[in-house]
Amino acid sequence: MKKQMLRFSRVSLIYHTKHGETTAAENLSLTVDEGEFVAIIGPSGCGKTTLLSLAAGLLKPSAGTVETGGSCGYMLQKDELFPWRTIEKNIYLPLEVKRQNTPEHRERARSLAVKYGLGDFLQSYPSELSGGMRQRAALIRTLATDPDILLLDEPFSALDYQTRLNVCDDVSAIIRSEGKTALLITHDISEAISLADRVLVLTKRPAHVAYEHRMDFGDVQKPLRRREMPQFSGWFETLWKELNQ
Amino acid sequence: MKYAKEKQLFSHEHMLYLKRRRRRQAVVWTLRVALLVFLLAAWELVTTVFGWVDPFFMSSPSRIARTIASLYAEGTLFYHIGVTLAETLVGFAIAVIVGYGVALALWASETLRKVLEPYIVVLNALPKIALGPLIIIWFGTGSEAIVFMTVLVGVIVATLHMLSAFIATDKNKVLLLRSMGASKWQILYKLVVPSSLASFISMLKVAVGMSWIGSIMGEYIVSRAGLGYLIVYGGQVFKLDLVMSATVILCILAAGMYFLVVLLEKAIVKNAES
Repeated sequence: MKKQMLRFSRVSLIYHTKHGETTAAENLSLTVDEGEFVAIIGPSGCGKTTLLSLAAGLLKPSAGTVETGGSCGYMLQKDELFPWRTIEKNIYLPLEVKRQNTPEHRERARSLAVKYGLGDFLQSYPSELSGGMRQRAALIRTLATDPDILLLDEPFSALDYQTRLNVCDDVSAIIRSEGKTALLITHDISEAISLADRVLVLTKRPAHVAYEHRMDFGDVQKPLRRREMPQFSGWFETLWKELNQ
Repeated sequence: MKYAKEKQLFSHEHMLYLKRRRRRQAVVWTLRVALLVFLLAAWELVTTVFGWVDPFFMSSPSRIARTIASLYAEGTLFYHIGVTLAETLVGFAIAVIVGYGVALALWASETLRKVLEPYIVVLNALPKIALGPLIIIWFGTGSEAIVFMTVLVGVIVATLHMLSAFIATDKNKVLLLRSMGASKWQILYKLVVPSSLASFISMLKVAVGMSWIGSIMGEYIVSRAGLGYLIVYGGQVFKLDLVMSATVILCILAAGMYFLVVLLEKAIVKNAES
């Protein structure tokens, strides 16, 4: 059995506001194995982002436990690159925050950027890069501290369609070739199918896992290739129905 | 700037566009200067040349020039300018530093912010001149009182301006830093301070205006020297030339200080980009 990198055991989370309380998640259990790419889809407003905040330790569950087998790297919808920093300095940001800003760590982050096509842009400012390149820089920034688990919060949703497909391919290739464990939150069914090893479907609020599917694309991992395969539309139909129940 | 070396590559149409732009700017500047010259000339004409208005009430550009020259000859011109300038600059600096610091504290603690909110609102709305008598009793009639008045007028505005900039920091960028495990202190100096730089500059611009208001108001109440004192004194003895002269000098000084902030802005923006 593979090592589990992330485990939610019967997690509940209640939000409190002046006007009352909302149960965002109830009895939610899931696991992510080492090296696995898991996608979570759910109806809008079901608290998908809450789940990532729990995984990242930014929120504490009201009941149940969240266990992680290593450090987390969080990637958001927008690139959130700091406009006053060069791409290189943006990529070093997590190193600075975690006080790992040593020449070796910087060199590692830098070589990742060069390896994945950002070499010519290291001294550029974010405003000089295209949306796709910026999101790629955001991924390299997330990878800079060599996290064990990547938490991806709809990382392509702010991009236009064509860029989204390309960046999706990029990000998938980078994550696979670095052998990272990843948990992706998305509302885009095709994105989940084309990227993940396993897809979890959440219910409406209070969220818990309703369905779980292992994707059967053999060893095809490239999202654009998967979209052309015959199984793809079958999965789309299944997940569409499950989402709309 | 970086396109300058490619200038020869621009199309004819673009060159025409640039030319039109330059011409429009030249027109604006010419009209600005012309307006000033026209106003000064009209003022001079209606007072000393045609005598339609008594220069005793209106003064005139030539009389202002003579008054400034005589102040210079008496050796008191730079003394009065120096007194007011020093009070304004010291008050400005204290207001900016204290305002920034208080804004940081209020940003860091939501509880503190909530507790102090009504006090700040009242202090902001209060006409500071109402505190004049108190200031005289507390600080006497020297420069301290005027500096205090200057700080009082500037500090609340500086605080509120910076606080709203700090609070407007992008929530997602804060979330990003928190996900990296950043401390509040790290969030502050890696994100909040640099991302509020533009607001800091605009706060300086507002504070320049506020500190002149503060220092002149202070001099109205207590002073024995300075440009505000010259204005009050000139008014009391009906020397309108003196009032106008001090006002003109004030205009020049205030514009100069504003211009320095603009230079600072350019330097900072350039720095942030290189």
